Amino acid sequence: MNTELLLQLVVNGLIVGTLYGVVAMCFVLIYKSTKVVNFAQGEFLLIGAWTCWWLLVKFELPFWFGFPLTLAFMVVFGIALQVIVLRPMIGEPIISVIMVTIGLSMFFQALMGLLFGHETKSYPQVFDTASVDVLGMQVQSAYILSMVVSILIMIAFYYFFKYSKTGLAMRATAFDQQVAQSLGISVKSVFAAAWAISAVVSALAGIVIGMVNGVSSALSFFGIKVFPVVILGGLDSIVGSVVGGLIIGVLENVAEFVDSQWLHIGNLYVIAPFYALVIILMIKPYGLFGTKDIERI
Amino acid sequence: MSLGSSMRPCGDFRTSYASDMTIFATPVTRYLALALIGLLLLVPLFGSPYMLNLLIQIGYYGIAALGLNLVVGFTGQISLGHSAFFGFGAFASAWLNNSLGVPVFFAIPLAGIMAMLVGILVGIPAGRIKGLYLAIATLASQFIIEDFFARANWFTGGSSGAMAEYITVFGFTFDTDQSYFYVVLFYVVLMFTFTSNLIRSRDGRALVAVRDHYLSAEIMGINLTWYRVMSFGLSALYAGIGGALFGHYLGFVSVEGFTIILSIQFLAMIIIGGLGSIYGTILGTTFMVLLPEVMEWGVHLFSGAMPELIQSLAYIKEMSIGLAIILFLIFEPEGLAHRWKRIKAYWKLYPFSY
Repeated sequence: MNTELLLQLVVNGLIVGTLYGVVAMCFVLIYKSTKVVNFAQGEFLLIGAWTCWWLLVKFELPFWFGFPLTLAFMVVFGIALQVIVLRPMIGEPIISVIMVTIGLSMFFQALMGLLFGHETKSYPQVFDTASVDVLGMQVQSAYILSMVVSILIMIAFYYFFKYSKTGLAMRATAFDQQVAQSLGISVKSVFAAAWAISAVVSALAGIVIGMVNGVSSALSFFGIKVFPVVILGGLDSIVGSVVGGLIIGVLENVAEFVDSQWLHIGNLYVIAPFYALVIILMIKPYGLFGTKDIERI
Repeated sequence: MSLGSSMRPCGDFRTSYASDMTIFATPVTRYLALALIGLLLLVPLFGSPYMLNLLIQIGYYGIAALGLNLVVGFTGQISLGHSAFFGFGAFASAWLNNSLGVPVFFAIPLAGIMAMLVGILVGIPAGRIKGLYLAIATLASQFIIEDFFARANWFTGGSSGAMAEYITVFGFTFDTDQSYFYVVLFYVVLMFTFTSNLIRSRDGRALVAVRDHYLSAEIMGINLTWYRVMSFGLSALYAGIGGALFGHYLGFVSVEGFTIILSIQFLAMIIIGGLGSIYGTILGTTFMVLLPEVMEWGVHLFSGAMPELIQSLAYIKEMSIGLAIILFLIFEPEGLAHRWKRIKAYWKLYPFSY
């Protein structure tokens, strides 16, 4: 039993978990307000990270200029996607909506591959990297940065939905579209706003991960990893996505630890969250914080 | 739903249940279908190897897609893990033949049954959850089975893959495209006839009832759990047979071939063809098999002007599939089967379209 390794892995899990939490929050935001399951969430990370990389490396823009430019692009991109592709899908059966986002995911993943190739590319040095001593463990400062950014995003989400007018409108729409509409909320613009915010925040997460690990098509796997997280936390719960993200992040690292120490099956890091997903669906399909769907006849 | 609903002459009303439930609405459609099969029987005599290869691909993918249509189009359950069953069938058939010495002729249907057992196992959550949650559960099963392929050396050969022998019956080996075409055609006709008959049986109607309104279906005495799980089992049976045919055609089954991308392609086949349409499945499969070929042809056409396009051919193919899914869902959500009906209706009513 290697306690130090276990502790190190748990800390890694918490760091990755906050990132999962952020991506899951974006996913839940779209699901909650527009009832669309976004299989293209990972591609938002990918597109954001590549756009920023392209601006910084090819155009050699300074970071303080290229970064906001990327976010502005993602706002436009998110709104365009909602208006052009998702709006005609309103009222279609669930399989069509799922398939259209899967189609988007496939299209953009291939497009990014076409434009930027399949090799991992690293960002220019923006911040100094050094190892920081946390509780007697060496942690990369980039990881600390990513964790801080994630927590800041979470706090911003909280205040946005609690106090801002747009946030309240979005919560009202998520609660009941017809009532929200009758109170003068433009459901159309709420839908567009949900996609825009989700795209921007995902891109932010993508850039942070890109700075730590480099940009590659592996980023889009976050979009798949988000499913165990949201199922664990509950599909329509923002709090649940944060908690679920942390749990899944720790779970996969602990699974890795158990595997390397005793089981020696291999690849448990990738596959353990999916086993967890199936088990959760069997015993508690609505997750920890999700609202239970009650059907009336 | 039936093959030629708009080919029926005016005033030909059905007077008995038997006439309402026939596979072919009129003798003309029956003869046309038989003529099509007869024509296909002649293809190996004069078709080019390239054309035969494409037809065989349409055959085995079509069988698997038909299974997916049974679970998605007819029963209304979403499955995102179909390629896992397809791969399981391919490995199972190769394993039965290599390790247990079962002749390939029997190994193909047995592989189908083994895949069916896996499908029932995966379908068990379908007894409890539905819609979106089920879609996510099948997505998880796709990754778990994919991981199993990479891990189970005794079954799949691990990273080196498995060899699959040719079919041999009474000393005759189906080792050419020409002869293998007949094997695939036999299975295609068998599975499509079976499906057409299944849909008009009691069980088939129960499946459709589960799709249309599961509560009403349950009130009418249909065992929801049984039919949901069975539809998964059946779809896996089709996928297993399709996969086994795929394996014995290529002669080699690799672990990397059965990813989520293939599952998406199967879904694209039935959505482009038309959910809940048997002949639409073939139309959709044909579309999805030909689309990458057309893309390749187009890229070679433009490669003179832009030579770097050749390297990115794989990406262009993938993009075209994604784009086809999106465009079909926006502009023709009912698929090619519906479009075909509209075209026929247009010519039938021409020039007075009302």
